[in-house]
This record gives sequence, C-alpha cells and structure tokens, in this order.
Amino acid sequence: MDRIPILKMGRFLLVTIQVDMHDEMAMTLQEDLTSRIVTDRAQGVLIDISSLEIVDSFIGRMIGNIAGMARLLDAETVLVGMRPAVAITLVELGMSLAGVRTALNVDKGMLMLQHAQREKSA
Amino acid sequence: MSQARTLAQLVRKNEQQIFEEWVAQQMAAVTLRADLMKESELREQSREFLRVFTEALQSGTMQMDSAVWKPTKDMLSHISRRRATQGFSPVETATFIFSLKQPLFGVLRKDAAQDQGLEDQVWEASILLDKLGLYTTEIYQQSRESVISRQQEELLELSTPVVRLWENILALPLIGTLDSERTQVVMENLLEKIVETEALIAIIDITGVPTVDTLVAQHLLKTVAAARLMGADCIISGIRPQIAQTIIHLGIDLSQVITKATLADALAVALQRTGSTISRTAVKV
Repeated sequence: MDRIPILKMGRFLLVTIQVDMHDEMAMTLQEDLTSRIVTDRAQGVLIDISSLEIVDSFIGRMIGNIAGMARLLDAETVLVGMRPAVAITLVELGMSLAGVRTALNVDKGMLMLQHAQREKSA
Repeated sequence: MSQARTLAQLVRKNEQQIFEEWVAQQMAAVTLRADLMKESELREQSREFLRVFTEALQSGTMQMDSAVWKPTKDMLSHISRRRATQGFSPVETATFIFSLKQPLFGVLRKDAAQDQGLEDQVWEASILLDKLGLYTTEIYQQSRESVISRQQEELLELSTPVVRLWENILALPLIGTLDSERTQVVMENLLEKIVETEALIAIIDITGVPTVDTLVAQHLLKTVAAARLMGADCIISGIRPQIAQTIIHLGIDLSQVITKATLADALAVALQRTGSTISRTAVKV
C-alpha cells in the first residue's frame, strides 16, 4: 500500500504530499506521523504541499487535524508551499485553516520552526 | 422576386437623381454632424453604398441573409463601426439609411404608371430599408458594447497594482469599490507576487476605497486569509475615521487582522516584523 514518506531533519519532520490522498492514506499518514513525533521526539512538522494542484475540503480538514494532534504532542506544524490557486480555492470553500501556521516554502518554514524553538527554550 | 429587379432597374436608371436627393436629404437633416464628417466623405460613402445596394437588388432577391447582400451588409457594418468610434449617436448613424427612403419612394411614385401597383413596391422597398436601418443600429450597438467591455478589462488591470515596498514587504493600494470579480483579480495578483518576491508581509491600503460595507469587508478578509495560507501576513491600512465608524456599526470583525490608520504606520510595523530598522541621520539644511 502507498505510504507517504516522513523524513527526519534534525528535530523536525518533513512530510511531502505529492499524490492525491484518499481516506485510507490520510489515516495512515496520521498514525505514522503521530508515532514518529513520539519516537523521534520531534519538535516541529513541515507539511509540503507544493506539488498538489488540487486541495479539497477533505485534505484541508486532515491538515487541520494533523496540526491539532501534533500540538498535543508538543510539536509545531507549519504548512508550506501552497499554490496561489489552491489558496484561493480553500478561501472560497471557507477553510482558512486558522489553527495552522503557514510559510511560502520549505526554507522559510524551517526558519519559522527554528525561530519558534529558540523562543521556547529561551 | 421580380420586384427586386424592377427596383434595381429603376434605381439604376435614376441613379444620379437618387444620389443627389439622398445626399441633399442627409445634408439637410438635423442629425448631420458636419463637425465629425466632411461632405466629400459623405458623398463617397453614399455613392459606394448605392452601387453595392443596386448590385444586390439586381440579383433578384430581397432576402437579407443570402450571399448577394453580404457586400451591402459588410459596407454598412464598416460605416456603423466607423461612426460609432467617431462619436455619432445611434439616430445619426441610422439616418444614413432612413434618409434614402424619400428619394427612392419619389422615383417609385414617378414610375407608378407601370403595370405593377405602387403600394406593393413601396411596401417592399420600405421593408428592405427598415431591415438595413435596423442592421446599422445593431452593429452600432455591438461596437459600442465592445468598447465598453474593453474599457472594463483595462480598468480592472489598471486598478490593481501590487508594489514591492521593501525587501519582503508588498503593498496593495486599492482604489475604487471591491466587487467579487475585482477581489478575484486582486487576490490572484497578490498571491502571484508573494510567490515571486517571497514576501512575508502584505500591506493592503484602502485609502482609495470609498465605502466599506459587509460585502467589501468579506472580500478583504478573504484576501487576507488567502495570503496567510501562502505564508504572508496582511496589514490593512488607510482606514479613514468614517470607515472605522461604519465597520463597527455594521458589526464587522476585523480583530484577526492588524489594522493601521496610515500606510506609514503599517510600513513601520512591517519593517519591525521583518527585522529592518530605519535610522535618522543629521541633514545639512
């Protein structure tokens, strides 16, 4: 079965979603990610959706859920790489993903996580 | 359909007379725009039209949608379009055709001694000219509408610039009312620019927006939400005192967005957030 790979980068986890997700895949991702946050003692999660051309309300809600779960496990989630067309569609759907932090690309998302980590330890 | 041929013969026979009378009619009409068109041009148009018109009649059909009438219609569209852009009114444009009636009927009346009934002929000719007249009006309207829609598009493009104020800071000065269509364009432009410049902060300046109602506010909030999804924070600036009052009276919630009274204040916040500082040095007076 298809799985979405989760890469470890220092204290952060990087998830790149490149294919259209169906329900089962999303559930697997949630399970994999939450257990990896615990085992790797991750402090941040980067979800890269730069290769997604279509994001529907299902994926939108799932990303919101993942962010909520990660926060419970004391990890910050940053959603990066959203395309302009996707952003417009999500807003028109009424999903502004209020609980999720966002950044333009992986680079900036990483900076944002590092900044948040520094603030936490200070 | 020999009536068309008879008419064609008549017109051909009396072409010079019809032409002179027609031009005289047009010159005498109150709708003549001597300021927009010279007499020589009018004469040339009239003569050319009469020639094409007779040729079409010669074919023996009065069906406007047949191929023989195409040159006539083409010429009429050309004239109508030209006049529409020159600034003629619809009445002034249609007069070109309708003033042909009198000279044409005059010739028909003189010829009434012939075997065919005068009434029938006048009726046929009248229908024909009416159709042509309506056609000019239609074309006139079309060209006017195309001008309007083109201007609307240009206005849309002109009125939504996204400027780079500083490193990582964009400004979006909005001028005019925000409707759904414009919001779409504004949003697209802003998001594209965010990708292009990797901006972290976008300042939406609404100094030029005359009124803010619930709909406009909703559009503004949509734009802010979309920019946030792309990782850029928005600051709304240029809120006039009256608008601040309206927003509160309408119960619009802008508490999720940073708002500033002036663009300068917004820029100061944006610079602070991106880690830039401005310092003042002594200036020689």
